[in-house]
Amino acid sequence: MKNLKTVVLSNQEISPGYFRMQILAPGYNKLAKPGQFVMFRVQRSLPPLLRRPFGIFRVGFMPADCDSMPPKEFIELIYKVVGSGTEIMQRLHQGDPVELLGPLGNGFDLGVAEEEKILVGGGIGLVPLYMLAERMVATSKVRLLMGGRTRDDIITVTEFERLGVETYVSTEDGSLGDEGLVTQVLERKLDKYPKSTVFACGPMPMIKAVQKICFERGIPLQVSLEALMACGVGACLGCVVKGAGHTEVEPRYLCTCTSGPVFAAEDLDWGNSEVSTVVAGGCK
Amino acid sequence: MIKPTEKILQPKMAVEIAGIKLKNPVMPASGTFGYGEEYAPYINLNQLGAVVTKGTSLNPKAGNNTPRICETVSGMLNAIGLQNVGVDAFIKDKIVYLEQFDTPVIVNFFGNTQEEYGEVAARLNDVPGVAALEMNISCPNVKHGGIIFGTDPKAAFAAVSLVRKRTTKPLIVKLTPNVTDIQITARATEDAGADALSLINTLTGMAVDVKTRRPRLANTIGGLSGPAIRPIAVRLVHQVVQAVQVPVIGIGGISRAMDALEFLIVGAKAVQVGTANFVDPNAMATIIAGLEDFCQEEGIADINDLIGSLEL
Ligand SMILES: Cc1cc2nc3c(=O)[nH]c(=O)nc-3n(C[C@H](O)[C@H](O)[C@H](O)COP(=O)(O)OP(=O)(O)OC[C@H]3O[C@@H](n4cnc5c(N)ncnc54)[C@H](O)[C@@H]3O)c2cc1C
Ligand SMILES: Cc1cc2nc3c(=O)[nH]c(=O)nc-3n(C[C@H](O)[C@H](O)[C@H](O)COP(=O)(O)O)c2cc1C
Ligand code: FES
Repeated sequence: MKNLKTVVLSNQEISPGYFRMQILAPGYNKLAKPGQFVMFRVQRSLPPLLRRPFGIFRVGFMPADCDSMPPKEFIELIYKVVGSGTEIMQRLHQGDPVELLGPLGNGFDLGVAEEEKILVGGGIGLVPLYMLAERMVATSKVRLLMGGRTRDDIITVTEFERLGVETYVSTEDGSLGDEGLVTQVLERKLDKYPKSTVFACGPMPMIKAVQKICFERGIPLQVSLEALMACGVGACLGCVVKGAGHTEVEPRYLCTCTSGPVFAAEDLDWGNSEVSTVVAGGCK
Repeated sequence: MIKPTEKILQPKMAVEIAGIKLKNPVMPASGTFGYGEEYAPYINLNQLGAVVTKGTSLNPKAGNNTPRICETVSGMLNAIGLQNVGVDAFIKDKIVYLEQFDTPVIVNFFGNTQEEYGEVAARLNDVPGVAALEMNISCPNVKHGGIIFGTDPKAAFAAVSLVRKRTTKPLIVKLTPNVTDIQITARATEDAGADALSLINTLTGMAVDVKTRRPRLANTIGGLSGPAIRPIAVRLVHQVVQAVQVPVIGIGGISRAMDALEFLIVGAKAVQVGTANFVDPNAMATIIAGLEDFCQEEGIADINDLIGSLEL
């Protein structure tokens, strides 16, 4: 864990409004675990003031510019342009200075090998699932259920397929894959593969629906959450979510940045809508 | 006028506040550096002038609902609600970690009543690892919290007087900027026995999501911090330095050495760095190095010569 002053290697639009950025990141191949994130400093000057949290899509090595040099270690972010910070990000080019604080957070618990795994990704929520799939395909059957509003939200699915993941796409408008919600696909798959473990990341309404489905069937579930973050290291207490057993009298707040962003579903409080405001109340 | 003479190789950076010796005048602001441990992977705590811990109260405190933070232009609003583990757990679990460092620990604390303030101070008084107490009479987040004390000179005087009776540790009182005349509260707390004053805490502020027409913070109102507040903070430190004899610690929007220098030049003996830690966890180390560079360049042998050197 450290702050890395580094540079952008590449930055390309992969689908309308979605970008893939590679960043030079020595050490990350060894350090980064599936589900971890970085606090990304978009540029040295203001705005924006705060860093932005982004999941690590994947880590890797790329050939150096000449043979005598060692390969370059990189991390890849995939981001959706939604506001001031990501608008600046989309204009960054190769060689532009940026900073990475990380890898941060706990990451996924890979669970038992051989067990069947279902990954549920809603739009940009797909990001942390790629490294997870990479680690699990060798020993487990992995199925990815990818949902989005329209076909533009369906990203990187072929890359999952190349890993050997079985993929199922659904869109709300039917422009790609099945028409409907990804959670409907999840119910069908769980009917067929009831012994699966589920890993989910996406918008809060999707996460909640996934939790309900898994809870009713007694299926183990891990979710990766988003929260407004200032520090990313457990110091500001801005990113809290309510933990299981939370009450007004005996509150139990967990930091998304250090106790998460991945939580076992049973460790969270699903009883009210408060969790959703963490994300919905973002400073858009 | 300070005359640049020749380059100074090793300027003296140490300062003293209320009897505590600091290696240099730079320390974190309470609530932005956790209990120190959170930032230890990123910055050497031995480098710092002091460590200031998250506000501690008599009983554990849950804090506010979310959203608790929101970025604004060159700043941020927060309404954390002073979430903390409570003084007993703090003493048991948090202070021990900091004892391994050769850096004084300043414990920020608050209460809902003056008796609570007194009780927390008393419990911290016997803890050897505590170098000084910083009494937050200014947090704008909690409905029945510090705000009453910090904006009412009589209440501030009474609370500080009570705390003064219950602790022999150096006592720093942290002032709120949300008052009409800060010199009045500054004098009241000095008269009540404060050994030093620190300022500013956050300025109350509010932001609205125009689409949902809801406040961006669950608490509606929050505290503004970051670069946006610096000119206000420098002005207030300048005014307080004129009004009191005790040393003053300057806080508000410091992210570079140049920012810290403004506070030192108007008369702050030390500075605290808050929001900038979130942006760059190594910010304080860069500031310390920058202060040293400045002294070298300007031919200042001892940073104390710079403090209060404002030309009017
Ligand atoms: C652990 C984690 C992993 C994430 N991974 C990804 C990812 O892989 N790809 C991706 O596109 N996005 C990801 N996000 C969301 C991403 O952080 C926001 O989209 C981004 O911060 C928006 O910044 P902005 O300046 O463009 O938006 P603005 O709305 O202008 O941002 C204003 C403030 O709100 C915060 N904010 C706004 N939306 C969110 C959000 N959804 N979650 C958290 N903070 C938010 C910003 O960080 C900033 O502090 C992740 C969030 C978290 C917490
Ligand atoms: C997230 C956050 C939490 C804070 N918590 C406390 C606290 O517990 N006690 C306190 O006295 N001040 C607290 N403060 C105020 C800071 O210590 C500081 O006075 C203020 O942020 C201004 O400095 P800055 O502009 O450098 O951040 C907090 C500030 C922030 C941003
Ligand atoms: S983001 Fe600061 S505590 Fe989690």
